[in-house]
Amino acid sequence: MSDKPLLAIEDLHVSFPTRKGVVEAVRGISFSLGREKLGIVGESGSGKSMTGRSILRLVSRPGIVTAKRMEFDGIDLQRASAAQMRRIRGQRISMVMQDPKFSLNPVMRVGEQIAEAYRTHEKVAPAEAKRRSLEMLKAVRIRDPERVYRAYPHEVSGGMGQRIMIAMMLIPDPDLLIADEPTSALDVTVQLQVLAILDDLVTQRGMGLIFISHDLNLVASFCDRVVIMYAGRVMEICDAKNLDAAQHPYTRGLLNCLPRIDSDGRDLAVLRRDPAWMEHGL
Amino acid sequence: MSGETGRAMIEVDKLNVIFGLGADRVHAVRDVSFRVPEGTTFGLVGESGSGKSTVLRALSGLNPDWSGRVAVAGQAQKPRRDKAFYKLAQMVFQDPYGSLHPRHTVDRILMEPLAIHRLEDPERRIERVLGEVGLGPDFRFRYPHQLSGGQRQRVAIARALILEPRILLLDEPTSALDVSVQAEVLNLLQRLKQERGLTFVLVSHNLSVVAHMCDDLAVMNHGVVVEELAVAQLKRREPQHPYTRQLMVASLGYDRAAVDRFEDFAREG
Repeated sequence: MSDKPLLAIEDLHVSFPTRKGVVEAVRGISFSLGREKLGIVGESGSGKSMTGRSILRLVSRPGIVTAKRMEFDGIDLQRASAAQMRRIRGQRISMVMQDPKFSLNPVMRVGEQIAEAYRTHEKVAPAEAKRRSLEMLKAVRIRDPERVYRAYPHEVSGGMGQRIMIAMMLIPDPDLLIADEPTSALDVTVQLQVLAILDDLVTQRGMGLIFISHDLNLVASFCDRVVIMYAGRVMEICDAKNLDAAQHPYTRGLLNCLPRIDSDGRDLAVLRRDPAWMEHGL
Repeated sequence: MSGETGRAMIEVDKLNVIFGLGADRVHAVRDVSFRVPEGTTFGLVGESGSGKSTVLRALSGLNPDWSGRVAVAGQAQKPRRDKAFYKLAQMVFQDPYGSLHPRHTVDRILMEPLAIHRLEDPERRIERVLGEVGLGPDFRFRYPHQLSGGQRQRVAIARALILEPRILLLDEPTSALDVSVQAEVLNLLQRLKQERGLTFVLVSHNLSVVAHMCDDLAVMNHGVVVEELAVAQLKRREPQHPYTRQLMVASLGYDRAAVDRFEDFAREG
């Protein structure tokens, strides 16, 4: 691994002008990412999804994105032309969304959607695209890829739909995958199986992964490093394995308010929000 | 088991729910039996499609197509329930965004059950119940869209409580909420249960929430109860059935090696 990070973000702001004034969704966050699994954790409204979207320049108008630096593998993402961004999206940085039900085309066979994703980025014959798509379905551990290739999105389960999404995002072999709550809609065991697939692919291909989630426990056990966000700011960045030793009161609060299997049945700790967190990020 | 001595508030015996006919026939709940002693919380745990919510809907009278025996407070229940039943048992739903009328104020939402049951002194009852769920009188004339998810769920709990029921049926009451809000709502439910001696049936996919809230639980898979156990057993990490053990391991977080040992539990019987 070179010492230059794959992605560097410095002082990122995302704001939305509204009739009642400007809403700042992300308020000056900085982090960098190598070929590792980075978790971004926060509650709803913390700005975690907007952070992921702004990397791909997917924040739509009237949203305003500014940053001192947003660099991906030497490319300045803020100055890249629309054509350059189209070549980056999907091919070099791709994104898995939360719900396969809303992210797959309902009237197109899933296999054809995967093949389309491949052919958008590579000049190959349809037969070759199909062969690669079937391979990819196998890589995300779908047992009967031929049948699933011909299925429509409504004919597959949630867990399978999410694997199909992952197959589609990984087929152009990106360097960075942004996964926005990719498993939140799934049952726990299926969720972990999907994560294992992501984990293996990250390891085998040497990709970088940004894993956006509200589930601190899951992120702590799955990622290498964790960025904790609150109200559009970074509260703390720590190594996942040392999360139990986290210092910031917000991180501690999030950890303490989780019920646990061996809890003693007493009241759960309630998070007390400190207005100062809104003003001082990392 | 912890509560065998207490009087049974809810008894379910060989409950079966079948949807559809012919080729579309789905046996969603198969011979499910359990009893819930008064003043305790019973958890129904399972993954999607396990039938846990279907059991709750049969219990609550929302789904009249079932067979078997359901008794509440010693009274055997028919598929269609009368008003007295709903005075006794109320339900809180999963999605606080979907379960409140978007064009009704909190006041009107809380007034409706009072009007149906012709209870006296609605003013005082509404004020009191809002206080009890931790929403001040300021919230009384707001619309649901002016509330956060946690506040909405408090309104849904207030709507259930305003009839002073003895049983609350809770269908994933916190799964749509942030963890910090979940903690507040779970604490609220625990406090209300203690103050009023309520009996809860809690449906959840989250084993940690069930371990925190319940006295006993039943684990369901493909419409069948695979194991019934006391929460103490779960806390000692001593469930008997391999499916329960797998759920327990999964709820402890991501572990690459453990994932490889996951099995696909097929339909039993």
